[in-house]
Parts: sequence; structure tokens; C-alpha cells
Amino acid sequence: MAALRSSSSRLLAAASRSSAGPSMFVRSMASVGDATVNAVPKSSSSARNKTFQIYRWNPEEPNEKPKMQSYTLDLNKTGPMILDALVRIKNEVDPTLTFRRSCREGICGSCAMNINGQNTLACLCRIPTDTSADTKVYPLPHTYVVKDLVPDLTHFYKQYKSIQPYLQRDTPAPDGREYRQSKADRKKLDGLYECILCACCSTSCPSYWWNAEEYLGPAILLQSYRWIIDSRDERTEARKAALDNSMSLYRCHTILNCTRTCPKGLNPGLAIAEIKKEMAF
Amino acid sequence: MLASLQTRGAATVKMTPDEAQTLLASQRRQRPVSPHLTAYDFKQTWFSPSVWTRITGGGMTAALYVFSLSYLAAPLTGWHLESASLVAAAASLPFAAMAGLKLLVTWPFMFHLFNGTRHLVWDLAKGYNKPVIHAGNIAVWSGSLLSALGIAYFL
Repeated sequence: MAALRSSSSRLLAAASRSSAGPSMFVRSMASVGDATVNAVPKSSSSARNKTFQIYRWNPEEPNEKPKMQSYTLDLNKTGPMILDALVRIKNEVDPTLTFRRSCREGICGSCAMNINGQNTLACLCRIPTDTSADTKVYPLPHTYVVKDLVPDLTHFYKQYKSIQPYLQRDTPAPDGREYRQSKADRKKLDGLYECILCACCSTSCPSYWWNAEEYLGPAILLQSYRWIIDSRDERTEARKAALDNSMSLYRCHTILNCTRTCPKGLNPGLAIAEIKKEMAF
Repeated sequence: MLASLQTRGAATVKMTPDEAQTLLASQRRQRPVSPHLTAYDFKQTWFSPSVWTRITGGGMTAALYVFSLSYLAAPLTGWHLESASLVAAAASLPFAAMAGLKLLVTWPFMFHLFNGTRHLVWDLAKGYNKPVIHAGNIAVWSGSLLSALGIAYFL
């Protein structure tokens, strides 16, 4: 739990590192207070320098307001994706920059963030090659910030748990071995099971911004629909009944930012519409 | 060998679960809310057709109430809100002002009509393809503006 590290121990660690002598690997450290930090040598003439403005907030200095910090990288020496830029900044410019990442191929959902105004996965988002415009990187919108680009998704995961995202049956399988499903029924799950719960859609939804306490949000409703239409599940009516109130489902006003932002190309807006239809007819 | 090794000076502190919980709670109290309306693509927040359907609907409802109540109060207050005097007042205005006033009524109506129809179609779980949504957004904005201008200036 990096967030639980006390500031005194960090200072101590930094001091012991700087006194370790010349044989140790020396990383170019940038002080966080700098307005702009460059990882670009001035001599390179063909450099394609691109500036990234990144949201910074440090829980160890809670009284300081969150701020945007600029970093300039040479795109010729950086990988194609935003995550490559972030990793390079962390490795070479400013090791205090904090963000989540894991698989770097859009399957884990860790690096979900707001890039140039749109929620997406940093690992699937190309760096815009236009070097004249800065790229802005924020944490997922309207979330509590743990540090820098790391949002607190505790409530999101609790909401996921609340829809009981697992198969529930009372009758045993007819052949005593497995719950079988027709090809047509299996096909209904396509476009739903691929969701990786990165929270891009939920945090793109203005309705979820204002009502996150009670409204489940597009990601959780898509998951909910995934279990409602699963032919093997026998709690369909109970699942629908749990959504039958003014807040859980019906705070969706078909704004459709969810469908527009999903980095996996899924359609949470359609899933919610299908639930509403099932509830109405 | 040592020189190529990266060391991270990450120091951890031993804590009891209770202490960790207390620290977590104190950090949670201080966490800022990340930017939303200011950070998100303004085309999807400020110009979302959904919210403008609500704004135009609310605006027209408010206008209807204000006018109806004023009409009700007109005999007592001596206002002249009957159709004949309103027509005369509008006719005395310059053309641009009259058409502009009409636009103030026609655009919200056309926008609400167009996008409201779209919402009814959406309720049937149809029209959720991304290209269809995009084309629909353009159609609703330009269609409502053009038809409102047409009504305001040519009817």
C-alpha cells in the first residue's frame, strides 16, 4: 500500500539513496515543484517535442491544491501510446508520478484515465502526433483521487458486488454435469462478457457524476444485463426487481457518453436500454 | 553489475491493521474530487443533446406557466395579453426583432420535438450504433436550427 507510506520514511529513503555513492545507478530526479520538466536534450534538431500536461495531487501534502504539471518528451524516443509516455516520464523524468498500469494491452483496465477530454485506456490511446497541441491527462472524472492519476474505485466495486455478478440457479443441470446453453443464447452474451470494468463509461456519465451514491452507472448496469439475459441464470426476476426503483437504473437519461467512450467498443447505452425494455414490457 | 541495477528507495512502515485503517480514513477525508465538467470533452457535456432536451423542455414549461399566470392576472393588473394586442405589438417591431423573438420560441420547440422523438426510438433499444448516434446528433442540431429559422422567417 504505497499510499500508506509516511512522508518521513520517504525522506529517509531519498537521503540514503543520494548518499549511496557514485557506483549506484543515478536517476535524473526532477523536483516536483518545477513548472516544466524536460527529458529532451536541446541539441537534437529533428526532435518532435510534445508536451503532456498531467494532473498531480499528493496525499502527503493534502493542503496543496491539485495542479497540472507539464512534461516534454521527444516522440521519436517514445513509444506510440500514452502509457508509453507516462512510463517514460516516470522512469526518466519524475519517479513521483503515480498511475495504475498492468497489462499494457487493454485487457486489465488499470490505466483508465481521462486523456484529452475523453475517458480511455492509456495503453490503447495513441499519442496525438500533432506536437503543437499539448495533451492533457486527468484521472477518471468525478472520482476521489488517491494520488495523481489514481482514482478511488472502492464504491464502484461495491456497486458491482451489489448486483451479484455470478450464476445463480436452484435446479441442478439435467445431465448432472454442466449447465448447457444454445448457441443463440450464448450469442446474447457477446458484447457484454468482454467488459473489463475499467470504469471509463461510468465516470464519463454526468448522471453518474451527480448520483454515484445510488445510480449504478453504465458499467455495472451492463454487467447486470449480462446476468439478466444469461439463459442459465434463474434469478432474472429478482435481478430486475432489484433495479426497479427510481435511482438504480432510471437515472440513465440516454446521454450516451458511455457508448462513445468505451475503449473496448462495447455499448453500455444499448444494454441499459434493453434492461429498461425488459422492465417495461 | 551494481551500476546497472535500479534501486527504488521505497520504504514501508510496519502498521497494525487498526493504524492502517485510521490512516486510510484520514486520507479519504482529504481526497479531492477529480475534475469533471472542466476536464471532459465539452461537446459531450455542454452540447449533449440529452441535456438540451431537458433545458428546452423546462424552458418551454416555465414560459407556458409564466404566460398563463400573467394572462390570468391580466384583468386585475391591466396588462394587455390578449391575442389581438400581442399580434399588434409584434407587427410594430422591426422584422429582425420579430423573427428573433419567434426564434426564441421555435428553436426550443423544434429541438425538443426532434430529440424527443429520438429518445422514444432509443426506448425501443434501437439506434445505438455509434455512427447512427453521431449522425443523429448532427441531424438534431442542424435540423432544429434550420427548421426553427425557416418557421421564424418564412411563416
